[in-house]
Amino acid sequence: MYSKDGENYYIVDAHIALWDARAENQRNIHGKQFIDCFYDYHRNLSPESEVWPYEEYLYQGGERLMHDVFEIGYADHAIFQPALLGEFYNNGFGQTEEAFALTQANPGKLTYNHCFDPRFGETGLKQLREDAARFGLKGVKLYTAEWQGESRGYKLTDPWAYRYFELCQELGITNIHVHKGPTIRPLDRDAFDVADIDHVATDFTDLNFIVEHCGLPRLEDFCWIATQEPNVYAGLAVAMPFIHTRPRYFAQIIGELNYWVGEDRILFSSDYALWTPRWLVERYVDFQIPADMTEYGPLTIEQKKKVLGLNAARLYDLDVPKELRLPEADETATGPREPGAADLAGAAS
Amino acid sequence: MTGLADAVRTALSAVVDPELDEPITDLGFVRSVAVDGSAVEVHLRLPTSFCAPNFAFLMASDAYEAVESVPGVERVVIELDDHHDSELINQGLAARAGYRGTFRHEAEDSLDELRATFVRKGHVAAMERAITVLIRVAPDTDVWALTLGDLRGPEAAALRRRRAALGLSLADDAPVLVEPDGTRPAPEAAEMFLRRARSVRISVDGNAHFCRGLLATRYPGAERDQRPLLPLVEEIAR
Repeated sequence: MYSKDGENYYIVDAHIALWDARAENQRNIHGKQFIDCFYDYHRNLSPESEVWPYEEYLYQGGERLMHDVFEIGYADHAIFQPALLGEFYNNGFGQTEEAFALTQANPGKLTYNHCFDPRFGETGLKQLREDAARFGLKGVKLYTAEWQGESRGYKLTDPWAYRYFELCQELGITNIHVHKGPTIRPLDRDAFDVADIDHVATDFTDLNFIVEHCGLPRLEDFCWIATQEPNVYAGLAVAMPFIHTRPRYFAQIIGELNYWVGEDRILFSSDYALWTPRWLVERYVDFQIPADMTEYGPLTIEQKKKVLGLNAARLYDLDVPKELRLPEADETATGPREPGAADLAGAAS
Repeated sequence: MTGLADAVRTALSAVVDPELDEPITDLGFVRSVAVDGSAVEVHLRLPTSFCAPNFAFLMASDAYEAVESVPGVERVVIELDDHHDSELINQGLAARAGYRGTFRHEAEDSLDELRATFVRKGHVAAMERAITVLIRVAPDTDVWALTLGDLRGPEAAALRRRRAALGLSLADDAPVLVEPDGTRPAPEAAEMFLRRARSVRISVDGNAHFCRGLLATRYPGAERDQRPLLPLVEEIAR
């Protein structure tokens, strides 16, 4: 929980990782390039006081994670969104066993989402059943750009992917987190294409599709899809830290998302350990759209409460303490929201 | 700096990152230009090892053609440094293999459609910037009725360049709020049209912020090679 100016906020960090990028786990040069790239993200977008030494960045371990995310990071709950990256790391990038053990050791604090890859066909389907039972899966993290032998990625619309989504329906895995952001070794066409989200959201209306990194660098395509599909959500990982380096730009991202997607379908994420939640939560609660940006309405405390935790709590059936809840609002499910902005008085609302 | 090196840099300033819609010279992507007699060697650098290889190849091969066309240049070497596909791209450039020849089974299409998409997006973003600058100071503007002659400043000049690239009219009485093919939305659709254009511009700007920042983090000092962004992009409070 975070408290400021007499308001209390229930906090869910919807995207964290427990990774191991130490040299002994790097399978090849790409393993090094990958974590170096992450470290550049971290150095470039964190406040100076929050920048870690490179060595610490390679691996945190469970104890440090609990400290950063919960003890000083205000989180009431956090969700693992692992990336395996088996092509780069001997024992994978996200540490499944370690993360799951941490989840079990801290009941109610953590949710472990696992991942699947439809290119594993029948074997993978069987594995998903086992994983769902073992981890109690309510969500999965998909990385469509991952290399797999000769394959350079897959689409959510591939027939095999549909088989997996059907199994998700059967097993009650309702939250499909899809990485649509800066991508690893993309290749063809526009590697950041979000069009496949549109199709699966229409065909699987009882699943939620959480687009991690809100489609950046293709925010506009994502917004256009999300405004029409009530089961598409925006994960703020990677967009959040702009609040420090480019606050006026952050205002525009959040303004766009509020307008197109709406406050009920945006999830706070630190992307730990890319960044740490503490400063992001503090900055976001203090944040306001600059007055001269007349194209956006101001951010309200209610909106912030939803984004910081209540929306994710709804998706994951988390038990939010009564005093931290909000009354049910009557919001439109699709289409742009009332922008309340001067230059848009005539906009469809 | 020799005369030839200057001419090479000038030629490189015509090479644009399609995604960011800015010259690679303004972004700091040109790492070095070396001239030895009539032989030129240019090294390029990008913000991350994992920047999309299709865009990387596009810029590198555009750079090759730009430098090759400079009078007095006989031999050209273009190398992309520190990228996960550096070896592949540099070999492909040296062999003049083209995109499909370079990436072989991994490349499904040529890059023409990708390039065209971003030329269109560049126009949409430039259009919205020019309009937003205006309506921030004059909120009652009838956006649908705006013509090129109503616009001022660097944003207007930038929009004219984008329009020229698409073959759109540059006349003062030409409407501003148009699709990339020149058609106008219906007046009642103008607000939504602008709103969508805004999301495109914010997306493009976001990439510019990201890429510039990451390049300077990866290559300390690179920020000195970067030209400042337009005021609306930089979002200096007015």
